Amino acid sequence: MWRDATLVAGRDLRVEARSRVTVNQVAPFALLVLILFAFALDPEGPVLERATPGLYWVTVLFSALLAIARSAKLDEADGVRDALRLSALDPAGVFAGKAVAVAAELVALELLLGAGVVVLYGADPAGVGLLVATCAAATAAVATAGTLYGALVSGLRVRETLLPLLLLPVLAPVLIGATRAFDAALGGVPADGWPWCGLLAAFAVLYSVAGALAYGTLLEGS
Amino acid sequence: MTATTPAGSPSGPPPTAPATGAASAAGASASAGGDAGHRPPAGAGPAHTGSAATRAVGWLALASLALLVLYGLVISPADREMDDVVRLMYVHVPSATYLYLGCFITTLASGMWLWKRTPGWDALAETGAEVALVFAFVTLLTGSLWGRPTWGTYWTWDARLTTTAVLTALLVGYLALRRLDVDPDARSTRAAVVGLLLVPNVVIVNRSVEWWRSLHQSATLARIDPTIEGDMLVALMVGFLALGLVFTWLTIHRFRVAWLEQQADRVDLDAALAARRAEAADGDLDSDPHEKVTPA
Repeated sequence: MWRDATLVAGRDLRVEARSRVTVNQVAPFALLVLILFAFALDPEGPVLERATPGLYWVTVLFSALLAIARSAKLDEADGVRDALRLSALDPAGVFAGKAVAVAAELVALELLLGAGVVVLYGADPAGVGLLVATCAAATAAVATAGTLYGALVSGLRVRETLLPLLLLPVLAPVLIGATRAFDAALGGVPADGWPWCGLLAAFAVLYSVAGALAYGTLLEGS
Repeated sequence: MTATTPAGSPSGPPPTAPATGAASAAGASASAGGDAGHRPPAGAGPAHTGSAATRAVGWLALASLALLVLYGLVISPADREMDDVVRLMYVHVPSATYLYLGCFITTLASGMWLWKRTPGWDALAETGAEVALVFAFVTLLTGSLWGRPTWGTYWTWDARLTTTAVLTALLVGYLALRRLDVDPDARSTRAAVVGLLLVPNVVIVNRSVEWWRSLHQSATLARIDPTIEGDMLVALMVGFLALGLVFTWLTIHRFRVAWLEQQADRVDLDAALAARRAEAADGDLDSDPHEKVTPA
């Protein structure tokens, strides 16, 4: 299974490295959203500083939607879905590989956005350990849930509009947890943030298991 | 609800299997558990969504709603603190309960469909979510109307309210997926995965939201007086009974509509297949196929 996962993750990342959709389109979009938030909320006032964790994660979620839709779309063209079915790759491995590839893209986006909020919003990254742990857990949560729901809408004509409708309510707890943890790391007491980190990790584990179990059914059933 | 022409309607073909009225209608759920690969002949099963039993449930629901109006608005007293607004509780609390019951039905039926692959479970999963959404709107509406005079605001970020709002979004997403015009089997599989995750998602959302709010403020929602008694308790019980009957009636009817929809899809498919076979049997494949399609 892990060998299959490596293969699929390598393929997805190779496609990404050649097409550069994340680098050329998703990353600039994410930075643009950060700038738009500064326009919407007075950048000199205290509002932006207090809202920084929330804005950061909302931006990550919106950018993640694009990355997830892109990842699901890779399997639609040229009968890739049928090829995957015939390839005797473990469906759980395919799921894990796609999730890892999405997670790698998300980590790059988060680093970029992190630099963005430090430069643009003047955030002070204090509790580095908590920030890193939160990013890791939230990335795993978004990537696993996103890959599962991406497979659910892949191949449908209305996937662009249906994916946010299905995925965003599911990711509501991730947004809450990641924002609270960042709040604690940036301005509050870091110890308050660790339980939220645990919630994110539990979410990631749940969706890893659900995705690994359901992916075969979804691959076969459509 | 979608208006489906039942196979046994006057315009349709005569049923090939003798319909046995209420008995066959009541057997819908039983035949739903049958072999998925075995296609029942067109017209088998219930030809209507109503039967003697559901009509009885319907009348009972109406009667108990009248009783609820009587108890909720006339007999039960106004609350000392909440005044007349308390009367909304007789609808609100049962609605919320049946909302969650509908969600459980969807998750259970989705799991059973993934396991057994019999179309009845698929229809039941859709039914649960749709009826739950109706009760979700009733819950949110009565809750907001209650909150305005009681808390001074239509909406507050209380854990229960937020959970219900997210749950409503989850239900809307699930039903949007169900409405897609794609291959029914693929759609059912995808919908079943979403439906199976419905209750776990609600639990996670509820836990996280409760935790989130508890960091900021103590619970906004003053608990309903646990020593509720007398006519108010009776009114609440009547509310549970009346809305429970409404829930049952809606569930049965919606299930039958979903079942008939599946049957109608099959009848159409069978008719199309029969038309193609008739063409092939004529051995006249060179001619324009569109001219040859006549109702078998």
